[in-house]
Amino acid sequence: MKTVKAAFAKSLPVMAGYIILGIGFGILAHNAGYGFLWVLAMSLFIFAGSMQYVGVGMLAGGASVLTVILTTVMVNARHLFYSISMLRHYRNAGRYKPYLVFSLTDETYSLLCDGKVPDDTDPDRFRFLVSLFNQSYWVLGSIIGSLVSGILPFSTAGIEFSMTALFIASFTEQWITAKDHIPAATGLLGTLFCLIAFGPDRFLIPAMLLITLLLTLFRNRISAGKKVDA
Amino acid sequence: MSTAAYSALLVAVMSIVTILLRAAPFLVFKKKAPAYVMYLGQVLPAAIIGMLVVYCLKDTEPLAAPFGAPELIAGLLVVGLHAWKRKILLSVLAGTAAYMLLTQLVF
Repeated sequence: MKTVKAAFAKSLPVMAGYIILGIGFGILAHNAGYGFLWVLAMSLFIFAGSMQYVGVGMLAGGASVLTVILTTVMVNARHLFYSISMLRHYRNAGRYKPYLVFSLTDETYSLLCDGKVPDDTDPDRFRFLVSLFNQSYWVLGSIIGSLVSGILPFSTAGIEFSMTALFIASFTEQWITAKDHIPAATGLLGTLFCLIAFGPDRFLIPAMLLITLLLTLFRNRISAGKKVDA
Repeated sequence: MSTAAYSALLVAVMSIVTILLRAAPFLVFKKKAPAYVMYLGQVLPAAIIGMLVVYCLKDTEPLAAPFGAPELIAGLLVVGLHAWKRKILLSVLAGTAAYMLLTQLVF
Protein backbone atom coordinates (compact mmCIF):
# COMPACT_ATOMS: atom_id res chain seq x y z
CA MET A 1 0.00 0.00 0.00
CA LYS A 2 2.88 2.31 0.78
CA THR A 3 4.30 1.76 -2.71
CA VAL A 4 0.90 2.51 -4.28
CA LYS A 5 0.57 5.77 -2.35
CA ALA A 6 4.13 6.82 -3.16
CA ALA A 7 3.61 6.01 -6.86
CA PHE A 8 0.32 7.92 -6.96
CA ALA A 9 1.95 10.96 -5.35
CA LYS A 10 4.82 10.76 -7.85
CA SER A 11 2.39 10.60 -10.79
CA LEU A 12 0.30 13.63 -9.71
CA PRO A 13 2.28 16.24 -11.70
CA VAL A 14 1.41 14.34 -14.87
CA MET A 15 -2.27 13.80 -14.05
CA ALA A 16 -3.75 17.14 -15.13
CA GLY A 17 -1.58 17.33 -18.23
CA TYR A 18 -2.41 13.84 -19.45
CA ILE A 19 -6.13 14.24 -18.81
CA ILE A 20 -6.28 17.58 -20.64
CA LEU A 21 -4.02 16.53 -23.53
CA GLY A 22 -5.98 13.27 -23.69
CA ILE A 23 -9.21 15.26 -23.99
CA GLY A 24 -7.61 17.23 -26.82
CA PHE A 25 -6.70 13.99 -28.56
CA GLY A 26 -10.21 12.59 -28.11
CA ILE A 27 -11.75 15.74 -29.61
CA LEU A 28 -9.26 15.79 -32.49
CA ALA A 29 -10.00 12.13 -33.31
CA HIS A 30 -13.75 12.69 -33.06
CA ASN A 31 -13.50 15.67 -35.44
CA ALA A 32 -11.60 13.45 -37.89
CA GLY A 33 -14.35 10.80 -37.78
CA TYR A 34 -12.72 8.39 -35.29
CA GLY A 35 -14.95 7.74 -32.29
CA PHE A 36 -14.75 6.15 -28.87
CA LEU A 37 -13.38 2.69 -29.73
CA TRP A 38 -10.65 4.09 -31.99
CA VAL A 39 -9.56 6.53 -29.31
CA LEU A 40 -9.54 3.80 -26.67
CA ALA A 41 -7.52 1.42 -28.88
CA MET A 42 -4.95 4.10 -29.75
CA SER A 43 -4.48 5.25 -26.15
CA LEU A 44 -4.21 1.66 -24.91
CA PHE A 45 -1.93 0.21 -27.58
CA ILE A 46 0.13 3.16 -28.90
CA PHE A 47 0.34 5.34 -25.78
CA ALA A 48 2.53 8.01 -27.36
CA GLY A 49 0.88 11.40 -27.15
CA SER A 50 2.43 13.28 -30.03
CA MET A 51 2.31 10.23 -32.31
CA GLN A 52 -1.39 9.82 -31.60
CA TYR A 53 -2.04 13.47 -32.53
CA VAL A 54 -0.02 13.03 -35.73
CA GLY A 55 -1.54 9.58 -36.30
CA VAL A 56 -5.13 10.84 -36.37
CA GLY A 57 -4.26 12.97 -39.39
CA MET A 58 -2.64 9.98 -41.10
CA LEU A 59 -5.66 7.74 -40.48
CA ALA A 60 -8.04 10.38 -41.81
CA GLY A 61 -5.83 10.99 -44.83
CA GLY A 62 -5.41 7.26 -45.60
CA ALA A 63 -1.60 7.43 -45.49
CA SER A 64 0.45 4.52 -46.87
CA VAL A 65 1.83 1.89 -44.48
CA LEU A 66 5.39 2.93 -45.35
CA THR A 67 4.65 6.58 -44.56
CA VAL A 68 3.13 5.57 -41.24
CA ILE A 69 6.15 3.39 -40.36
CA LEU A 70 8.67 6.13 -41.21
CA THR A 71 6.68 8.85 -39.46
CA THR A 72 6.31 6.73 -36.33
CA VAL A 73 10.07 6.07 -36.33
CA MET A 74 10.81 9.79 -36.69
CA VAL A 75 8.29 11.11 -34.21
CA ASN A 76 9.05 8.40 -31.64
CA ALA A 77 12.80 7.96 -32.22
CA ARG A 78 13.44 9.89 -29.02
CA HIS A 79 11.95 6.93 -27.13
CA LEU A 80 15.00 4.92 -28.15
CA PHE A 81 17.04 7.27 -26.04
CA TYR A 82 14.68 7.21 -23.10
CA SER A 83 15.06 3.42 -23.11
CA ILE A 84 18.84 3.69 -23.41
CA SER A 85 19.05 5.92 -20.37
CA MET A 86 16.72 3.60 -18.42
CA LEU A 87 18.66 0.43 -19.36
CA ARG A 88 20.23 -0.02 -15.97
CA HIS A 89 17.00 0.64 -14.06
CA TYR A 90 14.70 -1.54 -16.18
CA ARG A 91 17.06 -4.32 -17.24
CA ASN A 92 16.36 -6.52 -14.24
CA ALA A 93 12.79 -5.49 -13.49
CA GLY A 94 11.45 -9.03 -13.96
CA ARG A 95 7.74 -9.37 -14.59
CA TYR A 96 7.30 -5.58 -14.56
CA LYS A 97 9.80 -5.09 -17.36
CA PRO A 98 7.52 -5.56 -20.44
CA TYR A 99 5.02 -2.95 -19.27
CA LEU A 100 7.75 -0.59 -18.02
CA VAL A 101 9.35 -0.65 -21.46
CA PHE A 102 6.01 -0.34 -23.30
CA SER A 103 4.85 2.63 -21.24
CA LEU A 104 8.04 4.73 -21.28
CA THR A 105 6.51 8.00 -22.57
CA ASP A 106 8.04 11.49 -22.40
CA GLU A 107 6.15 12.24 -19.19
CA THR A 108 6.86 8.92 -17.49
CA TYR A 109 10.50 9.27 -18.42
CA SER A 110 10.61 12.80 -17.02
CA LEU A 111 9.31 11.48 -13.67
CA LEU A 112 11.57 8.45 -13.45
CA CYS A 113 14.77 9.44 -15.26
CA ASP A 114 16.60 10.60 -12.12
CA GLY A 115 16.46 6.98 -10.93
CA LYS A 116 15.31 7.94 -7.45
CA VAL A 117 12.68 5.88 -5.67
CA PRO A 118 11.23 6.49 -2.20
CA ASP A 119 12.69 4.55 0.71
CA ASP A 120 11.00 1.29 1.73
CA THR A 121 9.43 0.67 -1.66
CA ASP A 122 10.09 -1.99 -4.27
CA PRO A 123 11.75 0.07 -7.05
CA ASP A 124 10.36 -2.04 -9.92
CA ARG A 125 6.84 -2.08 -8.53
CA PHE A 126 7.04 1.65 -7.79
CA ARG A 127 8.07 2.47 -11.37
CA PHE A 128 5.45 0.07 -12.74
CA LEU A 129 2.68 1.78 -10.77
CA VAL A 130 3.82 5.30 -11.76
CA SER A 131 3.68 4.18 -15.41
CA LEU A 132 0.26 2.57 -14.93
CA PHE A 133 -1.20 5.65 -13.20
CA ASN A 134 0.10 7.80 -16.04
CA GLN A 135 -1.46 5.65 -18.74
CA SER A 136 -4.76 5.55 -16.87
CA TYR A 137 -4.88 9.38 -16.90
CA TRP A 138 -4.14 9.40 -20.62
CA VAL A 139 -6.82 6.80 -21.41
CA LEU A 140 -9.34 8.58 -19.16
CA GLY A 141 -8.71 11.94 -20.82
CA SER A 142 -8.99 10.43 -24.32
CA ILE A 143 -12.34 8.84 -23.45
CA ILE A 144 -13.69 12.06 -21.95
CA GLY A 145 -12.61 14.02 -25.04
CA SER A 146 -14.19 11.51 -27.37
CA LEU A 147 -17.48 11.51 -25.46
CA VAL A 148 -17.86 15.26 -24.90
CA SER A 149 -16.67 16.50 -28.30
CA GLY A 150 -20.11 16.07 -29.92
CA ILE A 151 -21.91 18.08 -27.24
CA LEU A 152 -19.55 21.00 -26.64
CA PRO A 153 -21.33 24.35 -27.08
CA PHE A 154 -18.42 25.92 -29.02
CA SER A 155 -16.35 25.12 -32.09
CA THR A 156 -13.20 23.09 -31.43
CA ALA A 157 -11.54 24.24 -34.66
CA GLY A 158 -7.90 25.06 -33.96
CA ILE A 159 -7.55 22.61 -31.05
CA GLU A 160 -4.78 20.90 -33.01
CA PHE A 161 -2.56 23.81 -31.90
CA SER A 162 -2.41 22.11 -28.48
CA MET A 163 0.25 19.81 -29.94
CA THR A 164 2.25 22.76 -31.27
CA ALA A 165 1.90 24.58 -27.95
CA LEU A 166 3.07 21.49 -26.08
CA PHE A 167 6.26 21.26 -28.11
CA ILE A 168 6.92 25.01 -27.95
CA ALA A 169 6.49 24.95 -24.16
CA SER A 170 8.75 21.87 -23.87
CA PHE A 171 11.32 23.58 -26.08
CA THR A 172 11.23 26.73 -23.93
CA GLU A 173 11.55 24.70 -20.73
CA GLN A 174 14.43 22.73 -22.20
CA TRP A 175 16.12 25.95 -23.33
CA ILE A 176 15.86 27.51 -19.87
CA THR A 177 17.20 24.49 -17.99
CA ALA A 178 19.86 23.23 -20.42
CA LYS A 179 23.48 24.26 -19.91
CA ASP A 180 24.20 23.75 -23.57
CA HIS A 181 21.92 25.12 -26.29
CA ILE A 182 23.65 23.50 -29.27
CA PRO A 183 21.39 20.38 -29.40
CA ALA A 184 18.12 22.36 -29.27
CA ALA A 185 19.35 24.94 -31.78
CA THR A 186 20.58 22.17 -34.08
CA GLY A 187 17.17 20.49 -34.04
CA LEU A 188 15.27 23.70 -34.69
CA LEU A 189 17.52 25.22 -37.35
CA GLY A 190 18.45 21.93 -39.04
CA THR A 191 14.78 21.05 -39.47
CA LEU A 192 13.91 24.56 -40.65
CA PHE A 193 16.66 24.31 -43.25
CA CYS A 194 15.33 20.93 -44.47
CA LEU A 195 11.75 22.26 -44.55
CA ILE A 196 12.84 25.11 -46.83
CA ALA A 197 15.10 22.85 -48.92
CA PHE A 198 12.80 19.81 -49.33
CA GLY A 199 9.28 21.18 -48.80
CA PRO A 200 6.62 20.29 -46.19
CA ASP A 201 6.00 16.71 -47.40
CA ARG A 202 9.54 15.34 -47.57
CA PHE A 203 11.68 17.13 -45.00
CA LEU A 204 11.41 14.89 -41.92
CA ILE A 205 13.82 12.13 -42.95
CA PRO A 206 16.52 14.54 -44.25
CA ALA A 207 16.09 16.58 -41.06
CA MET A 208 16.61 13.52 -38.87
CA LEU A 209 19.78 12.60 -40.77
CA LEU A 210 21.12 16.17 -40.73
CA ILE A 211 20.50 16.53 -36.98
CA THR A 212 22.28 13.25 -36.20
CA LEU A 213 25.19 14.19 -38.46
CA LEU A 214 25.58 17.69 -36.98
CA LEU A 215 25.37 16.47 -33.38
CA THR A 216 28.00 13.84 -34.19
CA LEU A 217 30.28 16.57 -35.58
CA PHE A 218 29.63 18.79 -32.53
CA ARG A 219 30.36 15.99 -30.10
CA ASN A 220 33.60 17.44 -28.78
CA ARG A 221 32.09 20.89 -28.36
CA ILE A 222 29.08 19.78 -26.34
CA SER A 223 29.72 19.47 -22.62
CA ALA A 224 27.27 16.53 -22.32
CA GLY A 225 29.58 14.42 -24.48
CA LYS A 226 32.30 14.47 -21.85
CA LYS A 227 30.41 13.16 -18.88
CA VAL A 228 28.65 10.15 -20.32
CA ASP A 229 27.55 7.83 -17.57
CA ALA A 230 25.56 4.64 -17.91
CA MET B 1 -9.84 -3.48 -47.74
CA SER B 2 -12.49 -1.32 -46.05
CA THR B 3 -11.57 2.07 -44.65
CA ALA B 4 -12.09 0.82 -41.09
CA ALA B 5 -9.90 -2.24 -41.62
CA TYR B 6 -7.20 -0.10 -43.20
CA SER B 7 -7.35 2.37 -40.30
CA ALA B 8 -7.07 -0.55 -37.87
CA LEU B 9 -4.01 -1.75 -39.77
CA LEU B 10 -2.40 1.70 -39.46
CA VAL B 11 -3.14 1.82 -35.71
CA ALA B 12 -1.48 -1.61 -35.37
CA VAL B 13 1.54 -0.39 -37.34
CA MET B 14 1.91 2.69 -35.10
CA SER B 15 1.61 0.49 -32.01
CA ILE B 16 4.15 -2.11 -33.14
CA VAL B 17 6.73 0.43 -34.37
CA THR B 18 6.42 2.41 -31.11
CA ILE B 19 6.86 -0.77 -29.03
CA LEU B 20 9.88 -1.82 -31.12
CA LEU B 21 11.51 1.60 -30.63
CA ARG B 22 11.01 1.44 -26.88
CA ALA B 23 12.22 -2.17 -26.65
CA ALA B 24 15.13 -2.07 -29.13
CA PRO B 25 17.81 -0.82 -26.70
CA PHE B 26 16.96 -3.63 -24.26
CA LEU B 27 17.29 -6.20 -27.05
CA VAL B 28 20.47 -4.74 -28.61
CA PHE B 29 22.49 -3.48 -25.66
CA LYS B 30 22.51 -6.30 -23.16
CA LYS B 31 25.06 -4.77 -20.86
CA LYS B 32 25.98 -1.18 -21.59
CA ALA B 33 25.38 1.02 -24.61
CA PRO B 34 28.44 2.42 -26.45
CA ALA B 35 29.53 5.92 -25.43
CA TYR B 36 28.46 7.36 -28.80
CA VAL B 37 24.93 5.98 -28.38
CA MET B 38 24.78 7.34 -24.83
CA TYR B 39 25.89 10.71 -26.15
CA LEU B 40 23.10 10.68 -28.75
CA GLY B 41 20.69 9.71 -26.00
CA GLN B 42 21.67 12.85 -24.12
CA VAL B 43 21.57 15.37 -26.95
CA LEU B 44 18.91 14.05 -29.34
CA PRO B 45 15.78 14.58 -27.21
CA ALA B 46 16.35 18.36 -27.09
CA ALA B 47 17.03 18.42 -30.83
CA ILE B 48 13.92 16.37 -31.61
CA ILE B 49 11.70 18.75 -29.64
CA GLY B 50 13.07 21.51 -31.89
CA MET B 51 12.34 19.32 -34.90
CA LEU B 52 8.76 18.71 -33.74
CA VAL B 53 8.14 22.45 -33.26
CA VAL B 54 9.05 22.97 -36.92
CA TYR B 55 7.05 19.87 -37.92
CA CYS B 56 3.90 21.23 -36.25
CA LEU B 57 4.27 24.54 -38.08
CA LYS B 58 5.19 23.01 -41.46
CA ASP B 59 1.92 23.90 -43.17
CA THR B 60 1.96 27.54 -42.03
CA GLU B 61 2.26 29.81 -45.05
CA PRO B 62 4.29 32.92 -44.11
CA LEU B 63 3.87 34.46 -47.57
CA ALA B 64 0.05 34.31 -47.82
CA ALA B 65 -2.60 35.97 -45.63
CA PRO B 66 -2.76 35.88 -42.62
CA PHE B 67 1.04 35.40 -42.95
CA GLY B 68 1.23 32.93 -40.07
CA ALA B 69 0.03 35.59 -37.64
CA PRO B 70 -2.14 33.25 -35.48
CA GLU B 71 0.75 30.77 -35.13
CA LEU B 72 3.24 33.55 -34.41
CA ILE B 73 1.09 35.32 -31.81
CA ALA B 74 -0.02 32.12 -30.05
CA GLY B 75 3.52 30.69 -30.25
CA LEU B 76 5.09 33.80 -28.72
CA LEU B 77 2.43 33.75 -26.00
CA VAL B 78 3.45 30.16 -25.15
CA VAL B 79 7.16 31.10 -25.01
CA GLY B 80 6.55 34.23 -22.91
CA LEU B 81 4.09 32.63 -20.54
CA HIS B 82 6.28 29.59 -20.12
CA ALA B 83 9.43 31.63 -19.46
CA TRP B 84 7.44 33.53 -16.83
CA LYS B 85 5.44 30.82 -15.04
CA ARG B 86 7.21 27.57 -16.05
CA LYS B 87 3.92 25.61 -16.01
CA ILE B 88 3.69 23.41 -19.12
CA LEU B 89 -0.05 22.89 -18.81
CA LEU B 90 -0.82 26.60 -18.34
CA SER B 91 1.33 27.46 -21.36
CA VAL B 92 -0.38 24.82 -23.53
CA LEU B 93 -3.92 25.77 -22.48
CA ALA B 94 -3.38 29.51 -22.94
CA GLY B 95 -1.63 29.06 -26.29
CA THR B 96 -4.32 26.72 -27.63
CA ALA B 97 -7.16 28.99 -26.45
CA ALA B 98 -5.43 32.01 -28.02
CA TYR B 99 -4.96 30.15 -31.30
CA MET B 100 -8.59 28.99 -31.39
CA LEU B 101 -9.87 32.51 -30.69
CA LEU B 102 -7.51 34.05 -33.28
CA THR B 103 -8.41 31.61 -36.05
CA GLN B 104 -12.14 31.49 -35.30
CA LEU B 105 -12.81 35.16 -34.58
CA VAL B 106 -9.96 37.37 -35.83
CA PHE B 107 -8.30 35.96 -38.96
